[in-house]
Amino acid sequence: MTQLVVLPVLLPLLGAGLCLVLGRSARAQRIVSVAVLTAVVATASVLLYRADTQGPQALTVAGWGPEIGITLVADRLSALMLLVSSVVTLAVLLYSFGQGIVEYGRDTPLSVFHPTYLVLSAGVSNAFLSADLFNLFVGFEVLLAASYVLITLGGTEARIRAGTVYIVVSLLSSIIFLVAIACIYAAVGTVNFAQLSQRLGDLDPAVAHLLQLLLLTVFCIKAAVFPLSAWLPDSYPTAPAPVTAVFAGLLTKVGVYAIVRTQTLLFPDDSLRPLLLTMAILTMLVGILGAVAQTDIKRILSFTLVSHIGYMLLGVALGTELALSGAVYYIAHHITVQTALFLLAGLVEYRTGTTNLDRLGGLARSAPILAVAFFVPAMNLAGIPPFSGFLGKVALGRAGIEAGDWLAVTAVVASVAVSLLTLYAIAKVWNRAFWQPVDDDLAQSVVDDGSDVWSHGALHGGGDVSTRTQQTSSWARVAEEQRLPLGMGLPTLALVVASVALTVFAGPLFRVTDAAADELLQRTPYVQAVLGGDR
Amino acid sequence: MTVDLALVIAIVVLVGCGTTLMLERSLSRILVGFVMVGNGVNLLFLVASGPSGAPPIVGRGGITDPLPQAMALTAIVITLGVSAFGLALAYRSWQLSGNDDVKDDVEDDLIRRRAEADETSSSFDEPETDVPDEEGADA
Repeated sequence: MTQLVVLPVLLPLLGAGLCLVLGRSARAQRIVSVAVLTAVVATASVLLYRADTQGPQALTVAGWGPEIGITLVADRLSALMLLVSSVVTLAVLLYSFGQGIVEYGRDTPLSVFHPTYLVLSAGVSNAFLSADLFNLFVGFEVLLAASYVLITLGGTEARIRAGTVYIVVSLLSSIIFLVAIACIYAAVGTVNFAQLSQRLGDLDPAVAHLLQLLLLTVFCIKAAVFPLSAWLPDSYPTAPAPVTAVFAGLLTKVGVYAIVRTQTLLFPDDSLRPLLLTMAILTMLVGILGAVAQTDIKRILSFTLVSHIGYMLLGVALGTELALSGAVYYIAHHITVQTALFLLAGLVEYRTGTTNLDRLGGLARSAPILAVAFFVPAMNLAGIPPFSGFLGKVALGRAGIEAGDWLAVTAVVASVAVSLLTLYAIAKVWNRAFWQPVDDDLAQSVVDDGSDVWSHGALHGGGDVSTRTQQTSSWARVAEEQRLPLGMGLPTLALVVASVALTVFAGPLFRVTDAAADELLQRTPYVQAVLGGDR
Repeated sequence: MTVDLALVIAIVVLVGCGTTLMLERSLSRILVGFVMVGNGVNLLFLVASGPSGAPPIVGRGGITDPLPQAMALTAIVITLGVSAFGLALAYRSWQLSGNDDVKDDVEDDLIRRRAEADETSSSFDEPETDVPDEEGADA
């Protein structure tokens, strides 16, 4: 039964090939993509159940042995990440169908979207399941190569500009990753996680630190941790809404997952704790201050994304069972909520033609369902009590207080301040886009005088969207015309409901994350599953 | 472990030149730099595989570790694919704007424009009364 582990990687790849063959028929492509991703969701659920009841599921592909072959492992952490990510991927795919008519109409070849999207999904699964550094690298490269295509979809000037920055940064991180792998292989003669966890401890501490820092640099670039985060808010907002949503939900979390995995399994000593805590604090603060200064919904969300990566890093840095459990729960929460918010921003853009707060208003009256759907994940992100964001933050906060040293307590204080600032930033979006009455004069003047740089196609996201706004001039007219299609609305609502479900089922979920954290700290279940010869 | 000096010199030259090129503005130069650094890192894998000389084949006495070579091969394939995409991107950029420079961050651009136009942030509420500008710049 451990053969199941390979399915989340293989199925999307096969599906991608099939989609390329079926390039002529959009309908057939849709059926294949949905079928494949549904199968991945089902597989991930089974894997999570089995990992929870029977321990880590390991498979050495093609029987080459863990020392030289490729090993895939689904322990609780991997399986949980896989399940959440595949659910989100499926929801975003369904959303993209609804939007398809608008976004992928004339300029963009639809035939490219589905295969690339499936390859992205395969890369994410591979990164989550991989049990050796080199396969992790391959997983990263697969998902990055797919993301290069998706972020420049359609090849408009704004997307090429944003894509260039994204690609150059990613290339650099890939090269550093390769250097790290070569150095680790030279030092200990293996890249398998289980063997590394046994051998790295024998190294000279200075060499081990060098290797750890190399890997951390790579993963911090991918996860957009503060000193290395500048690329994210610059490149994400210009892509089509579903693409931004899935990137925001998954790609940075793959980086966070890699940090969690390597910090707990390979480098369990906490010598880098002060550094990680400082980076977590700075990521939270700098990210949220960026969000406060923005006036575009997508950019505000991109900055909150950076900021909330800090919470996950905080959990990893503290490194206790409670902290890791909180961090894992927080990752699951954040994937769902952040993706839902980006999809909602896409709906706002679809309806009004803009995501600029200066030109929005009165949406609570003109689109009440959208407003409620936005309000729930928005409050969830800010960590208002009944929601899952609050539960995750409480767990992290308690872990910080229990740790007790001044740096940990500072980090907890910072995390509370940041969640207040998140509330401020997100309340600004709510007030200006949904709550405040329509100010036609203001909207008119902003659009007409053109001093607002965001209205220029060169800087704003979709070129077609901003031209549409300029043509119609008054957004109020647009608002009446654009009814939201059910195909976009339902997947978004489903994600919002899923994010609420994280609160409702917080009890069982925290039991799983507690067990996952325990498993991470023990390390032996993982090592035994890989090296114990469970073929 | 023993390290082949020739390999190390080659790595230093490739990575050094590549890094210099990657600091350029033009995407095509960055890509050339990326390919050079990539090749340098591939040589690093050969260094990691131990002393040179023996073939990576089982059954002939002393063999060279074949695993790093397999990794380098994978890395070469990935580098090839990504470079091809990057070149297409550079070409597209040249088609659209006549150059393939990596542009400034949008935020930097925005702040510079605001500074030139002497504007305040858009979230700043303008006071109702006309306060005279300190530097006497026209409003």
